[in-house]
Amino acid sequence: MNKKQKRNLIRILIAAVMFIALYFIPVTGVPRFILYLAVYLEVGYDILWKAIKGIKNRQPLDENLLMALATIGAIALALYEKSGDYAEAIAVMLFYQIGEWFQSYAVGKSRKNISALMDIAPDYANIEDENGQLEPVDPDDIEIGTVIVIEPGERVPIDGVVISGTSSLNTSALTGESVPRDVAEGDEVISGCINLNGVLRVRTTKEFGESTASKVLELIEDASSRKSQSENFISRFARIYTPVVVISALVLAIIPPLFLLLTGQVPAWETWIYRALIFLVISCPCALVVSIPLSFFAGIGGASRHGVLVKGSNYLEVLSETKTVVFDKTGTLTKGVFEVTAIHPDHVDEHHLLHMAAHAERYSKHPIANSLRLAYPDEADDCTVEDVEEIAGHGITARVNGDVIGVGNSKLMEKLGAEWHNCHKPGTILHVAINGTYAGHIVISDVIKPNSKEAIERLKKNGVEQTVMLTGDAKQVAENVGKELNLDRVYSELLPQDKVAHVEQLLQEKKSEKARVAFVGDGINDAPVLSRSDIGIAMGALGSDAAIEAADIVLMDDDPLKISTAVKISRKCLRIVKENIWFAIGVKVACLILGAFGVANMWFAIFADVGVMVLAVLNAIRCMFIKP
Amino acid sequence: MKKTYKIDVDCANCANKMEVAANNTAGVKEATVSFMTLKMKVEFDEGADPAAVMEEVRKNCKKVESDCEIFL
Repeated sequence: MNKKQKRNLIRILIAAVMFIALYFIPVTGVPRFILYLAVYLEVGYDILWKAIKGIKNRQPLDENLLMALATIGAIALALYEKSGDYAEAIAVMLFYQIGEWFQSYAVGKSRKNISALMDIAPDYANIEDENGQLEPVDPDDIEIGTVIVIEPGERVPIDGVVISGTSSLNTSALTGESVPRDVAEGDEVISGCINLNGVLRVRTTKEFGESTASKVLELIEDASSRKSQSENFISRFARIYTPVVVISALVLAIIPPLFLLLTGQVPAWETWIYRALIFLVISCPCALVVSIPLSFFAGIGGASRHGVLVKGSNYLEVLSETKTVVFDKTGTLTKGVFEVTAIHPDHVDEHHLLHMAAHAERYSKHPIANSLRLAYPDEADDCTVEDVEEIAGHGITARVNGDVIGVGNSKLMEKLGAEWHNCHKPGTILHVAINGTYAGHIVISDVIKPNSKEAIERLKKNGVEQTVMLTGDAKQVAENVGKELNLDRVYSELLPQDKVAHVEQLLQEKKSEKARVAFVGDGINDAPVLSRSDIGIAMGALGSDAAIEAADIVLMDDDPLKISTAVKISRKCLRIVKENIWFAIGVKVACLILGAFGVANMWFAIFADVGVMVLAVLNAIRCMFIKP
Repeated sequence: MKKTYKIDVDCANCANKMEVAANNTAGVKEATVSFMTLKMKVEFDEGADPAAVMEEVRKNCKKVESDCEIFL
């Protein structure tokens, strides 16, 4: 609570106690009026003051002025009717203040919660002075290439490269991923991560303002300036709501009594003016207006906790309407690195085949050699590897423990006179011959990420109707991935410009404007497609400025489950927004109708008004806690 | 030219009113007010003097919502 909120809370409490006490004090006449007036002024003086300013500034629709009119009107009626019922006016003022206070408190609280969630950029960085002592300095002053020291428990302030030390980093504030990442000399570290155990010396590669954590913060801060259609609808609605209600109030106060008067009946001016005053009580659209941006803000904050950065409320809204998700294959659904996916030996055992192949490739820098070494990590054993010969376009031959090993494509096998046969598996086939005899083959291919399948299933569960994959890869490989993941459509052997064309075609096929098409890519070379689709999602963007720039939604790591998380959060958030819109408008309209027919009195109106606001705000805050 | 200013305002509808008032000020091309982050983003017309324009914006905002503040 800030000072103003505390002061107002005390004021409200005092007024409430006085109000209840007055109920039990049996005074009548002028003393009664004075006592009630005192409570009224105590709880409402600021509103009356603002109302006067409103008149001075010629703002007839200022809500303070309308509130003042409604309550003073009610007191005047009580005086005129000599009923002594001033309680109503005070209740209206009191509950209105409670509502305002609650709103200010709840909004302040969620502002704080969400900024705590995003408090990932430290406000200092350690540099070493001549004596080896650490000195904390303002990270803004640190130039590129400076060596900073990060102690255990501290956050990395600036992006850089480790020059000494090893440690694990907790990246969860950025990625939502709870498994720590190990770093050692030569590894890149990203600001916003928490150093868990070792001391790291890091040479900075960026300025503070350009570092990941600062960029991420800036992005989320900016997100609420990009307003969604729902927000625009509500502000337009609010702009006409107040004048319409005020005019209706005027009409209600004048027309029915005049009509009654002209038809020779009792005009009952007090009744109709009272009903008009009820209208003024519910003329403030604040409840409605506050809950919508609050929902989006909370939703975007909650999403960032799960490693999903949404660059604007409008994007969250569009994402929730996504019916078609288009994926890039490599790096999005598949790992984009090559791994040994099958070993098919002839005559020898699997282990031996891999062992020999890995040795032959011992000195090779080719990516395939890396994949073999990954699959056979004990490669550096005491076997003798000699006479290594690389034959361009064919493969490698080498003498391992005296045996001549040939590893390569079919051309090499033919050259060595080994009788090879092909494989039914998609990927790169690595044939192996031992002493000129065919020993079998090893299949190396891009592997599907472990979570891809589940991500596709969850997307379908969350209302996505169509999944499409676009890839530059060979048809057989693409179809295999498509089948494995249950994708609806697969387009292969595409050039980058073909991808744009396919997305454009999907955009044209849309059944309605709202059946949005999302594109998910790694953001490195698909910027045109990211911007052409209704909504572009870049994944694995940690540290990649280009991807953050090009996309509307940024997934901080390359886990495909984040895609379904993002869609789910957007849908839930938008459902909450819609609930709030219809609930708040519904209750207001109901109140107006009941008020016009004399069913509802002022108590009812103010209760409904404040109640709706409290419920809408609480509902909006739920957006922060959506589970993926 | 675009600039961002911190603001202080109590209610969401007042923030909307400020946005309208700012947009109606001469020299402002587009203004957006975010109630949640309490920030006003202003894009100025070409050749406008931001300092002078913002004085006007503040005056106009105070007219629609006496309780608001723009930190220039």
